Amino acid sequence: MTGIFNAEGKNIVCTVIEAGPCVVTQVKTKEKEGYDAVQLAFDDAKEKNTSSQMKGHFKKAGTTPKRKVVEFQFEDSKNLGDVISLDLFEEGEYVDVVGTSKGKGFQGVVKRHGFRGVGDATHGQHNRMRAPGSLGASSWPSRVFKGMRMAGRTGGSRVKIQNLEVVKILPEKNLLLVKGAVPGPKGGYLIIEK
Amino acid sequence: MENLIQYVQDTLINKNELPAFKSGDTIVVSYKIVEGNKERVQNFQGVVIQRRGEGATETFTVRKISNGVGVERIFPVNSPFITGISIVKKGKVRRARLFYLRELQGKAARIKEKRS
Repeated sequence: MTGIFNAEGKNIVCTVIEAGPCVVTQVKTKEKEGYDAVQLAFDDAKEKNTSSQMKGHFKKAGTTPKRKVVEFQFEDSKNLGDVISLDLFEEGEYVDVVGTSKGKGFQGVVKRHGFRGVGDATHGQHNRMRAPGSLGASSWPSRVFKGMRMAGRTGGSRVKIQNLEVVKILPEKNLLLVKGAVPGPKGGYLIIEK
Repeated sequence: MENLIQYVQDTLINKNELPAFKSGDTIVVSYKIVEGNKERVQNFQGVVIQRRGEGATETFTVRKISNGVGVERIFPVNSPFITGISIVKKGKVRRARLFYLRELQGKAARIKEKRS
């Protein structure tokens, strides 16, 4: 993340995203696969790290091996080998960004679900400051309901952030500057939806 | 990745031409203020108590005593609102962050001048 000064001189905090160029590696059609979709590939991979099946797949599209392959749905039709670049986006419009959030390991309910904890250190509390409290009634239902929010593995899940403003586009380096933060670590892969 | 951020900062941020100043220095910051459609320049004089960050997020903090009340203001170094900075006094200090000045008053809060 960094910031830029806008026309009014205000500092806009934004995330720099390298978006593209993406190559169309497969076109799925209603007749063949039962639905319309376009498969895009991004980020060059080493040949020795690519399986021979994928090598053939990329060769068919006439491109070098890529690391990430994702399916998208476009309004207009695309052809095999087409390059999708940043001119889809305009400055000032709003996009949704999907990513995988940073893994946080095994966390308690305060961090994981936003429970408030106990709030008192005294008045009978000993080591219950961040405890979840009751899980439900006793003899009925005699069980814990499914989906009860408890401690556990946190983060590392798919997260979508909606309505992030496109602050700036730098086509010469395929960079997209989006206002605010996006899910995931530095260097993580993202899906940008319009 | 890091060099992409560097690239963005190099292309999109206009660096202000400012004199070199450090924490401990007494400076006057001329800051443009927009009120409605009127523009005027306000001066803020005080001691620099910290400099931090880089690129668009590089800032410095200026502290002054106004009517007996301590006032601190944080300016982005490359803000387009800064029209100029002049150095009143170079201070001789032993650390980069002068937060200890917040607990001092009057004579004790003075900073020795650096003589070159």
